[in-house]
Amino acid sequence: MTELLRVEHLNKAYGEVPVLQDISFTVNTGEVQVVLGPSGSGKSTLIRCLNGLEPYQSGTIYFQGQKVDPTPKNWQLLRQKIGMVFQSYDLFPNLNIMDNITLGPIKVQKQSKATAQKEALRLLDTVGLADYTAKFPRELSGGQKQRIAIVRALALHPDFMLFDEVTASLDPEMVRGVLEIMANLAKQKMTMIVVTHEMNFAQQIADNVLFLDDGHILESTPGKDFFTNPQTDRAKEFLQSMDF
Amino acid sequence: MAHSGINLIFEGQNLPRLLGGLWITIRVALIAIIAGGVLGIFLGVLRTFKNRFLRFILRLYLEFFRIVPTVVLLFLFYYILPKSMNLNLPAAEVATLVFTLWMAAEASDIVRGALISVPQHQVDSGLAIGLNRSQLYYYVLIPQSLKLMLPAMMNLISRIIKTTSLLLLISVLDVINVGQQIIEANQKQYPQGAFWVYGVIFVLYFLICYPFSLLAKKLQKD
Repeated sequence: MTELLRVEHLNKAYGEVPVLQDISFTVNTGEVQVVLGPSGSGKSTLIRCLNGLEPYQSGTIYFQGQKVDPTPKNWQLLRQKIGMVFQSYDLFPNLNIMDNITLGPIKVQKQSKATAQKEALRLLDTVGLADYTAKFPRELSGGQKQRIAIVRALALHPDFMLFDEVTASLDPEMVRGVLEIMANLAKQKMTMIVVTHEMNFAQQIADNVLFLDDGHILESTPGKDFFTNPQTDRAKEFLQSMDF
Repeated sequence: MAHSGINLIFEGQNLPRLLGGLWITIRVALIAIIAGGVLGIFLGVLRTFKNRFLRFILRLYLEFFRIVPTVVLLFLFYYILPKSMNLNLPAAEVATLVFTLWMAAEASDIVRGALISVPQHQVDSGLAIGLNRSQLYYYVLIPQSLKLMLPAMMNLISRIIKTTSLLLLISVLDVINVGQQIIEANQKQYPQGAFWVYGVIFVLYFLICYPFSLLAKKLQKD
């Protein structure tokens, strides 16, 4: 397996308050890393650091073997390779579904409109929303919006996807459709880092689990072991508290 | 009706002169609104940047135009520009310049306010698909903030139009100035002339400003 992402000794603080402390881990191509941990443990901040949405004070990120120089310009180029989906979907309300999806491919990657739209349609079809191209985000349900948001990220053909609690604000009946899409991506060997509170889902797709508490990685355990045999007491408590 | 003041309006070249004055007024206001609006959007965008020095300078500019009364600004530019900068502009152009800079200053504040009220999430998801800063503003933030800024913009536009009534103070032959000339020239024959002339001017201003007021109301509802 080839290494896609390596994080070494990452530290981040908001003012005096440390949020991430000495974070180091590696993600290999085709691997699914699930990040678990209680609220406020720094999970979201961590994956936001990985595509430059949050600055960090020290540490190094290597992407595809290259050290990332954390300048805005560099991050802007890298973000085409690192897709990210957020908890609140955040489609652009001023654009219809097709334009939401093709904005990046056309304006950032300079694809032709025809190519971008064809690819958008193909991707929309895989999530069952091919008929929605002309609609606006406000006309869609939360689950539909989140599926579109995933398609929007995939349209740039990223090497790597970040999912930040993408089902956390969905109605329970909407959650399943979104999780299925992610599970499919995992099956297709998309490299992903997934922050989630859906324990069953996490167990199903995790190749490896990073357990975060209070800004530290308390353990990094293969997915098949973490849920049955966590190494730390804190992780045991966490799994119990998740009623799992 | 032989001596009714309204005849004054239709006597000789009076009505065409009034409308000619109105055209000057509209031209000053229109250029100021368009040029100032575009400049205001540009400055408003700059004012959302993190650069402290830039923000301070633009803030200073805004406060200057907001605090100094428009009359004073007009005199300042009309009397001081030629003296200290050797720049001799016709009065109407001085007025257009002052109104453009004023419009830009106030518009920049409206634009800035609207831009920063677009949720941070929109910024994040724009950046996440690889947009650079100008693409982010152009495709995501500005379109979304247009709707937020429209009511305040309509208000500003009608203020600009109404304030053109000060143009006569620097001898621009605007609709008010022409009106006064007509009144004075016909004082003997039409002692009630002022009432009618200003009445017509009132109607003219109303006809220009009311559509903006309606538009603002409609936009606030949507």
